[in-house]
Amino acid sequence: MYQILQARELTNNIWLMDVHAPRVASSCLPGQFVIVRAGEDGERIPLTICDYDAEAGSITIVFQVVGASTYFMKSLKAGDSFHDVVGPLGCASDLTKETPEELRKKRILFVAGGVGTAPVYPQVKWLKKQGVMADVIVGAKTKDLLILEKEMEAVAGNLYVTTDDGSYGRSGMVTKTIQDLVCAEGKQYDLCIAIGPMIMMKFVCKMTKELNIPTVVSLNPIMVDGTGMCGACRVTVDGKVKFACVDGPEFDGHLVNFDEAMQRQLLYKTQEGRAYLAAQEGDTHHGGCGMCEG
Amino acid sequence: MGDVLKKVPVREQDAKVRAANFEEVCYGYNAEEALEEAKRCIGCRNAQCVKGCPVAIDIPAFIGRVKEGDVEGAYQIISASSALPAVCGRVCPQESQCEGKCIRGIKGEPISIGKLERYVADWAREAGIRPEGAKEKNGKKVAVIGSGPAGLTCAGDLAKLGYDVTIFEALHEPGGVLVYGIPEFRLPKEAVVKKEIENVEALGVKIETNVIIGKSVTIDQLLTEEGFSAVFIGSGAGLPKFMGIPGENANGVFSANEYLTRSNLMKAFREDAPTPIMRSRKVAVVGGGNVAMDAARTALRLGAEVHIVYRRSEEELPARVEEVHHAKEEGIIFDLLTNPVEILVDEKGWVKGMTCIRMELGEPDSSGRRRPVAVPGSEFTLELDTVIMALGTSPNPLISSTTKGLDVNKWKCIVADEQNGQTSKEGVYAGGDAVTGAATVILAMGAGRAGARGIDEYLSGKGGN
Repeated sequence: MYQILQARELTNNIWLMDVHAPRVASSCLPGQFVIVRAGEDGERIPLTICDYDAEAGSITIVFQVVGASTYFMKSLKAGDSFHDVVGPLGCASDLTKETPEELRKKRILFVAGGVGTAPVYPQVKWLKKQGVMADVIVGAKTKDLLILEKEMEAVAGNLYVTTDDGSYGRSGMVTKTIQDLVCAEGKQYDLCIAIGPMIMMKFVCKMTKELNIPTVVSLNPIMVDGTGMCGACRVTVDGKVKFACVDGPEFDGHLVNFDEAMQRQLLYKTQEGRAYLAAQEGDTHHGGCGMCEG
Repeated sequence: MGDVLKKVPVREQDAKVRAANFEEVCYGYNAEEALEEAKRCIGCRNAQCVKGCPVAIDIPAFIGRVKEGDVEGAYQIISASSALPAVCGRVCPQESQCEGKCIRGIKGEPISIGKLERYVADWAREAGIRPEGAKEKNGKKVAVIGSGPAGLTCAGDLAKLGYDVTIFEALHEPGGVLVYGIPEFRLPKEAVVKKEIENVEALGVKIETNVIIGKSVTIDQLLTEEGFSAVFIGSGAGLPKFMGIPGENANGVFSANEYLTRSNLMKAFREDAPTPIMRSRKVAVVGGGNVAMDAARTALRLGAEVHIVYRRSEEELPARVEEVHHAKEEGIIFDLLTNPVEILVDEKGWVKGMTCIRMELGEPDSSGRRRPVAVPGSEFTLELDTVIMALGTSPNPLISSTTKGLDVNKWKCIVADEQNGQTSKEGVYAGGDAVTGAATVILAMGAGRAGARGIDEYLSGKGGN
């Protein structure tokens, strides 16, 4: 069992938890992820590691409540436990393979969207430790959905916050901020790392390709085991089939087939939607509406 | 008394009934049937069946005990050689091993050794009898990677010799392929697999789940930082293969590994399971091995019409005869000498069909089987919503890429001595699918046993600590 040391709601339906998982905490690097199961019969849920403390033996995860399993997860409190936490899974970010000297020569831009801000944070923090100050764009639909702003501010070179509805910071999508920074504000970047919803990564890649900035994305497809055994997470990169769990999760964003990846994410949408509804409505779910088999 | 040339028939769940449930297909022998079948054994002195058994169970001796009514004695004889008799009695390909060599088989049907083994193991389990552990511990720590048939056997053997054994399992539940791969209707999880694993634990073996060797911790760290004197790698098969034909990433194409893991490990066959599985209308399973049969029969039970698509003929099907027979009885349709060319995809990215081509058999290839050759112009289309690829696996590089000095062959399988499991790295032994590529439960167990022997020779030769 993996005890929850801290649990708090960052904003509407986005939760942060510190979990005791010493084997993961002592071996993980930025870019890697874990798979958790909340209960004894729970689903295996992949989540990027948002922070880690090898000495305390703990990792930090951030998740958004999107279905029945995460709906259950948010009911867990400090002192409760996850049934399973396994990792670290996937390859560490390529940045971790470079020397601090090499890294310091690079001008790096991170683009984080929504809950994707969580996996961006450990990379920016890790870079700061190497003496590299990276710029970060954080995008959210609206002010209320913005997470980890203070934490990010403490580790980023420049932090640019943008909201789709203009309720906070700059106004518009992250792609607009990229364009403004590079084309109007004289910024230059050698590398962009974009993590967020698939659709955001797709459009960031479209823009950075035009701007000629190499771009890395972190993919979060459907997974089961996370060790390469099942192949559910296969994605097409540069025309070749890759398994996101062992070959990724980070890939060259300019070579990823996003349309296929987005279509594959819809595979269990109907079943998941029904399960979420059942979890939210509890005993009142079987209303005999005749609309589904449940 | 029945015909002495024929096996005592085993009772099975009716094919029409079982096609819609996940209960075990075969009921096994009762005491009376087992006794009658045991009496058919002539107890050869130079028994060929033992030579056909990868773990060399003393078959005539255990059958002799069954004949005498001493089932507990029979169990102790089997468990001296096998850590998982209730599993092997169910899933071993007996026709090509012990039963394939049985003298009775020359004139009539061989002794039903598998069913007798199952009877003895089930009897012992129900009677609460467990294998005997070591009297004294020697204090030496051995790490076993993977809790499938190879790992469990190796760990069990070493524990019996007094070693302090820890198994590291990557998934959340121990059992490996016995849990994620082989379906409930062939191998009940709670009633059989879990109990067999408990037997191994009762020998003193510790199992730590959720540890991925090569990621959570490396083999070198186990040897230098965690105090293990030797390591056995039984990490299993690996990454599923796909055909590389158009449409393979469409929604509705799965590896058999994924499909079976969802159903078996994650219990997605149950309506109330949180993990989903696609509820298909019409399914093609590509491949002809045991895994293909398991996937096909699972899809059938989940309500689909199921076709096995296999490029060679029935004779070359690698699956056990019993599985093919059961699959046919249940209504699986066999499209033999048929090979997929393309998966057809609708405008929203879902599978709508599969174009196949007819094959004929030509000259024998390197495997000794006649090579299938496409018949020009014979393409046709199957309408489907699901395709399951059961084409085997390629090795998982997680361990070999993170362990210095561990040699792999050109297929990226770990190189290990067949006799004692020794690898190119001192103190590291390996066996099972990680070494041979996808094979059977019993071959993995044989390799686990060889590895335990190798480790014992290595550590006892080295002197105590």
